[in-house]
Amino acid sequence: MPSQTHVTTTINGEPVQFLCEPRQSLLECLRDILGMTGTKEGCNDGNCGACTVVFDGRIVTSCLVLGVEAQGKEISTIEGIARGNRLHPLQQAFLENAALQCGICTPGFIVAAKALLDQEREPSEERIRFWLANNLCRCTGYDKIVRAVEQAAAVSKQEAAR
Amino acid sequence: MSAKAYSVIGTRPIRHDGADKVTGRALYGADFTAAGLLHGAILRSPHAHARIKRIDISRALAYPGVKAVITSADFPEAAERTVDMGEGDTPLSYARGNVLAIDKALYRGHAVAAVAAASLHVAEEAAALIEVEYEPLGCVLTAPEAMLETAPQLHEGKSNLASQFQHVLGDAAKGFAEADVVVEREFNTATVHQGYIEPHNATALWNNDGRVHIWCSTQGSFVVRDCTAIILDIPVSQVKVTPMEIGGGFGGKIPVYLEPVAALLSKKTGRPVKIVMTRKDCFEATGPTPGSFMRVKIGAMKDGRITAAQAYLAFEAGAYPGAMVGPAGMTVFAAYDIPNAVIDGFDVVVNKPSTAAYRAPGAPNAAFATESVIDELAQKLGIDPLEFRLKNAAKEGTRRVDGPKFRRIGCVEVLEAMKNHPHYSAPLGGPNRGRGVAIGFWFNVGLQSSATLNVNADGTVNLVEGSTDIGGTRTSIAMQAAEVLGIPVADVNPSVVDTDTVGFTAVTGGSRTTFATGWAAYEAAQDVVRQMKERAAKLWEIDATAVSFDAGVFTSGERKLTFKELADRLPATGGPIVGRATVNPPGVGGSFAGNIVDVEVDPETGKTSILRFTAVQDVGKAIHPSYVEGQIQGGSVQGIGWALNEEYYMGADGTMMNSSFLDYRMPTALDLPMIDTCIVEVANPGHPFGVRGVGEANIVPPTPAIANAIQRATGVRMTRLPMSPPAIMEALWRESSSQRSSGN
Amino acid sequence: MKWFDYECPRTVEAAVGLLSAPGRKVRALAGGTDLLVQLRAGRREADLVVDIKEIRELNELRLDSTGLTIGAAVPCYRIYNDPAIARAYPGLIDAVSLIGGTQIQGRASLGGNLANAAPSADAVPVLIALGARCLMAGPAGARSLAVEDFCVAPGRNALAPGELLVSIHIAAPASGSGAAYLRFIPRNEMDIAVVGAGASVVLDGNVFAEARIALASVAPTPLFAAQAGDSLIGKPVGEASINAAAEIAKAAAKPITDMRGTAEYRRHLCGVMTRRALTRAIARAKETN
Repeated sequence: MPSQTHVTTTINGEPVQFLCEPRQSLLECLRDILGMTGTKEGCNDGNCGACTVVFDGRIVTSCLVLGVEAQGKEISTIEGIARGNRLHPLQQAFLENAALQCGICTPGFIVAAKALLDQEREPSEERIRFWLANNLCRCTGYDKIVRAVEQAAAVSKQEAAR
Repeated sequence: MSAKAYSVIGTRPIRHDGADKVTGRALYGADFTAAGLLHGAILRSPHAHARIKRIDISRALAYPGVKAVITSADFPEAAERTVDMGEGDTPLSYARGNVLAIDKALYRGHAVAAVAAASLHVAEEAAALIEVEYEPLGCVLTAPEAMLETAPQLHEGKSNLASQFQHVLGDAAKGFAEADVVVEREFNTATVHQGYIEPHNATALWNNDGRVHIWCSTQGSFVVRDCTAIILDIPVSQVKVTPMEIGGGFGGKIPVYLEPVAALLSKKTGRPVKIVMTRKDCFEATGPTPGSFMRVKIGAMKDGRITAAQAYLAFEAGAYPGAMVGPAGMTVFAAYDIPNAVIDGFDVVVNKPSTAAYRAPGAPNAAFATESVIDELAQKLGIDPLEFRLKNAAKEGTRRVDGPKFRRIGCVEVLEAMKNHPHYSAPLGGPNRGRGVAIGFWFNVGLQSSATLNVNADGTVNLVEGSTDIGGTRTSIAMQAAEVLGIPVADVNPSVVDTDTVGFTAVTGGSRTTFATGWAAYEAAQDVVRQMKERAAKLWEIDATAVSFDAGVFTSGERKLTFKELADRLPATGGPIVGRATVNPPGVGGSFAGNIVDVEVDPETGKTSILRFTAVQDVGKAIHPSYVEGQIQGGSVQGIGWALNEEYYMGADGTMMNSSFLDYRMPTALDLPMIDTCIVEVANPGHPFGVRGVGEANIVPPTPAIANAIQRATGVRMTRLPMSPPAIMEALWRESSSQRSSGN
Repeated sequence: MKWFDYECPRTVEAAVGLLSAPGRKVRALAGGTDLLVQLRAGRREADLVVDIKEIRELNELRLDSTGLTIGAAVPCYRIYNDPAIARAYPGLIDAVSLIGGTQIQGRASLGGNLANAAPSADAVPVLIALGARCLMAGPAGARSLAVEDFCVAPGRNALAPGELLVSIHIAAPASGSGAAYLRFIPRNEMDIAVVGAGASVVLDGNVFAEARIALASVAPTPLFAAQAGDSLIGKPVGEASINAAAEIAKAAAKPITDMRGTAEYRRHLCGVMTRRALTRAIARAKETN
């Protein structure tokens, strides 16, 4: 068998090294090699957003990134969202608004929505819907997800004002 | 309209599994791993219909890293017999054949062989090395075609028309003769998929002691246990199923596909084997909901009274019998009090994947036909569409065409709520817009559930149950126990456990979980109260009948102990208390739902935009209103997808051409407005808290409501689902050319 | 997915060397949003994948007096996030902000969209309309090609063996110019164009001085409807000239029937989308005047 590639990267602020095959996606590396199963697979072709992670400052679908491309990059995943023992306002808002039913799409939505709120304080409903169009949810009809993101934006704004 | 004040029911607590699910810690089926884990891959038929003449696995077996290869020849010897796979009697060869094809591939994507290897990539490479010699046969893809004598026959010696039924009430011919206006239309609906985001998965370990342990995402761990045991011809006691968290099901995660295959691979290798479907596999090889051909005819008098109705329902079962045409026949006219009716139903096998349940299975197809015809009748009679429905609405005592009489139902209340909703009288505000309404019915089911409650010394309670939680049911069940015990819901810790650890519990489906497992929790809590009264009586040295319990406090005269105080005394008064209950409740309460929808149709492209959507549903009693709203919103949006874009787009050779989330086109966040919900509560007299179940009726009205709105926006009546932009454009062209030729 | 090797060269020369490896199936990897899907589905094969994202020239995004240079690996979001580019090339922004969703735009590149050579590629019609040119490097040196000549068949481009798409160049917008790209999809995002139309016009007062129109998803390659654009030149801006151009575009289309629409429906949409794209391009041209 051809040899595996050694990858040095940063995940959720921590230095990480792993061995992978070039054909393995970042999603596979996170889940199967590193045991970080919070990032989910829904379609493996970039169309559902369940595997969304932040890759060098931009949200991407990790099924369409090779693990070897993580070399020297910075990655954030759902496992890095909570603030220590406290939930991030988005996570709290998802719970308070019942913005999840089965929960399989939830990590991808939270990672994607956080990236939006990190760059825009008060996104409109239309903006939230556009930003999240790469994330499919089949349970909620999106209503409560959009409301949760709006609530989290309001909470973050209050926190920033304090 | 329950006036009773509850302390827990009707509140909106944060769900017990919430923190796990927003942090990525919750473990779903594909997240499971075990030491020595092997990965499985399945080779699937490229033909929609073919005889399998020869399978040569030698090259695959020799591939480095491969540990085992299996085909249907690896099923243990078992005589053909009928088995109960949870939905009535099925020949064992059908049950097995859908898991691994026997002799013939009956649809494209039909599993033919499976490989276990050290890595998924190696397993996939090896699967491609299996040589299968097929003799391709002609394929047939729709019910009307499959019913022709000349059609290719799927199951040798058996007609493609697997079964048929007829329901008759009164005298339809007489009823139609009395009618002033009769509308008859034909309808076609495409095959659609549940579209859960999590692909099917299963890990199995066939242990050295002969016990099989399965970890998977399923709507029913006991169904998986029983079906796997049947297919593998081993005792149920030898199979243990641990349900992992499940990423959506909507009916599609009731059948077994992977579990027996993973188990056989594990048996051959002595190691745990995990198989996860690709998205393409989910589309091509799990159970979508049937496509259908329907003809519905309804007659009414000038005053708006319906005199007669007739329905012809031919549903595509897919490769094996069992299309959901039965429930379609039972629901097609259920919303109305109709004196004379005939309903004919046909279950037809075709070369498509074997269909499964999808949220109120059969009812959305039927309602698309009926509610479209009802709408047209109302237009022809010049009666408001809601008034027309109200005039004919089913109520307590109405006899359904298929026989049963309704108990207390909320059809009228739903229609009244729609009529009184501000949406119904709001201006449409622009050209090319239309407003449509429709209603729908679903029975809901009861079935068996079990629950136990372990009282902790600190006054908290551990709730053990077996209903996999797809939408917050841990909490809606725990809330019912908390209500009885008079304690905060946060003090009830619900766990969904494996099949060895809880009594039999049927599927999370049929809108039954909050109803039936909730009822089991209610009864288990009553059992706790009964036992705790005995402890209080012991402490107070009185008879247990002299102890009363209300709002979490045990009292007798001046003496009082809160639930928590008494829990603390349990060790000293005889030890721990376990409350338990099993139920098979008869008091199922059907649910009605209705939609008001505003659309705008682009007359140049045929594209429909949903401008405003209001969903009304009688839920009996909303235990956790947020998750009730969520069910209503989710079902509505699945209905919107079904109405506008979703379909199995089939090539003539039986290939699904759009087997990806890109091309299957489920609604995204950007395709929708907020979904307004209106909860109607007509208490179900058959449940202690009045629960009816909320999961399904909401998907029934959207397709006709949208069709009716499109008709008002464009003047064109769509009789085919999906009402996609090209379909609407073509209908508009037909309309304008027929107007031209008729000189209008 | 079958095994492949992975290389991540730092220079164009090194990349060309790898792409020229004799006897190997080599594929360039930019955003991967097409390639990885195709490799996984077995629609393309590779035994060597060359990641071109670490090459300086391929990451260049430069707006200067000559126009706009977009390195072939520059992802969509970098283009639409640049306010100066967004002001100068709103038609290009139309296209790059609707390729896939947010996550896809974080990876997918304009160069990849072009090199993938799909008939439905959203970025290509507007590049053709804007008269963009492809700059390529290969074993035989550098060359350039008009975008309309780059796609030669479904999934096939004009790159010779070993050749690499380095960048795309769009001339500085003339005064009185405007461009737009519009596509028709059944959903509002995350979809493949049933028909797409790119239009670029230069107005002299109320008269078309220049006009170029190109279409997606109506032919085996993105279609340059030259006659449709030419028909406008010298004509006054108005419904008559726009409709006439739309009719010519419609006639030029050679659509097929597939899961995204029938040939008849697509031909109809050619007219609709051409008219709408022209109208938007004209409005923009008037704004810049």
